[in-house]
Amino acid sequence: MPGMPWPLPWPFDTTYMQLALVAGVVVGVSAPLIGTFLVQKRLSLLGDGIGHVAVAGVGAGLLLGTAPIWTSLVVAVAAALAIEWLRARGRTPGDLALAIFFYGGIAAGVVLAGRSATNTNLQPYLFGSILTVAENDVYTVIGLGAVIVAAIAVTRRALLAVVLDEEASRVAGIPVAALNALLAALTAVTVAAAMRVTGVLLVAALMVLPVATSRVLAGSFRSTTLGAAGVGVVAVVLGLAAAREWALAAGGSIVLVTVALFAAASVAAALRRGRTPDAGTLLSGPG
Amino acid sequence: MSPTTAGPVLSAEGVSFAFGTQSVLEQVGLQLAPGEFTALVGPNGAGKSTLLRIVLGLLTPQAGRVQLFGVPPRRLRDRWRLGYVPQRPRLAPDLPATVEEVVGAGRLAKQGWWRRSRPADRAAVGHALESVALDELRDARVGELSGGQQQRVLIAKALASEPELLILDEPTAGVDAQSQRLFRDSLVHLLREHGAAVLLVSHELGAVADDLDRVIVLRRQVLFDGKPSDLADTGVSLGVHPDDLPRWLEELRPDLTENGG
Repeated sequence: MPGMPWPLPWPFDTTYMQLALVAGVVVGVSAPLIGTFLVQKRLSLLGDGIGHVAVAGVGAGLLLGTAPIWTSLVVAVAAALAIEWLRARGRTPGDLALAIFFYGGIAAGVVLAGRSATNTNLQPYLFGSILTVAENDVYTVIGLGAVIVAAIAVTRRALLAVVLDEEASRVAGIPVAALNALLAALTAVTVAAAMRVTGVLLVAALMVLPVATSRVLAGSFRSTTLGAAGVGVVAVVLGLAAAREWALAAGGSIVLVTVALFAAASVAAALRRGRTPDAGTLLSGPG
Repeated sequence: MSPTTAGPVLSAEGVSFAFGTQSVLEQVGLQLAPGEFTALVGPNGAGKSTLLRIVLGLLTPQAGRVQLFGVPPRRLRDRWRLGYVPQRPRLAPDLPATVEEVVGAGRLAKQGWWRRSRPADRAAVGHALESVALDELRDARVGELSGGQQQRVLIAKALASEPELLILDEPTAGVDAQSQRLFRDSLVHLLREHGAAVLLVSHELGAVADDLDRVIVLRRQVLFDGKPSDLADTGVSLGVHPDDLPRWLEELRPDLTENGG
């Protein structure tokens, strides 16, 4: 990217760390934006399910010799819309619909990758490889992140209305089905964008855990959303720093930081309310 | 299709609906004029909620015709003209949203769901909060409010689009006396200040009995449609509780209650 390496302090004083920082910050902001709505709709595992399906897209990309980010984007969006269609029809239980795609996707990925002529393994896509991310990949991540941020900026009020009450929103003329499909598709875009950062198997953590952390402390939906994006960025910065300092896997380090931030926020909130935290209150937040 | 401004805000003619072989509504007809305050009452299973869902465009009747502001419910473009308060508060206890954010969501039908809020939208939300006496709690998280306060939040949400017809489904069920009084005041404000029509489905009409223009008693069919004073002339009091309703119906139309429903 222009001017790299930028004059940043350690640990972001090298080009590869700065590329990782840019890609990580974009995902650290955009994944929690989507997650805020998924968590409130009780669809926290949707990102996980779509992440597994995206493995089939990675396998297809390796087999076809196409950049896996694009094939996984296509497969993930198609699967997300199919899952949402099944959920909206209400004839297939949400967890069963997810499980079918979950296992079918990852099995297809393993089979397709095994048929590819190249000797590429799936691991960088499953668990991320942000420290080896190429400049072109960073531009792709920025583009996908911009789509997510712009879509949420336009639809966030309507998505909140749908979260509050789907039936009342239909009566008010809000396009509920289209917005639910959009949210599912944006979840898939987030999975594709995060593929090189945390990997498709850990991406859901960046969608859910920053939101869980933020809503423990925030006083409004707006501050929960912005706070979750802030937590995502802090987790990326601290996770990358830890990965460089101690030669750790960067994707896993970022996710572990989000877990630590959630635990710290929960304890702080419980102490503020003057009582000892228990697992139930930690997971449900105040109120 | 553009809605008309004259004529009834709601009309239903010959509406019938059945779940499988179970008849729920038979040849139901009713009309609401602008500014009219009407209560729809009947025992559990009388078809009230089904009729509401048909009126709101969420269900299609198997026979008959429904119009809102002169057009079929699903073809009504100016959706802000219709306000709806669902039966039970559905606000998740862990929802990290403020009272103002929830009420603001009710404004989207008027401002456009994709548009930013303008000063007029914020003023309308503030006015809706004042009308249910919740303006001092606008920054509180809805999950921290009592059941009665949450129900007033949902009423303010419906008022935020400044509707010309407000439909409320059992809005005061399980709500404390103070909240019922505030609920009554907010409805009277809507009727008198904004000239809106109100269709209230409720077992508990005591709080609003003196303000009602009409009462419709439903049990699959419309058993009574008239002024509260006319209902009183039949020997039935509006100071009701759910146990009274079957007795009303027996007194009004013993031929129907013999067949159950």
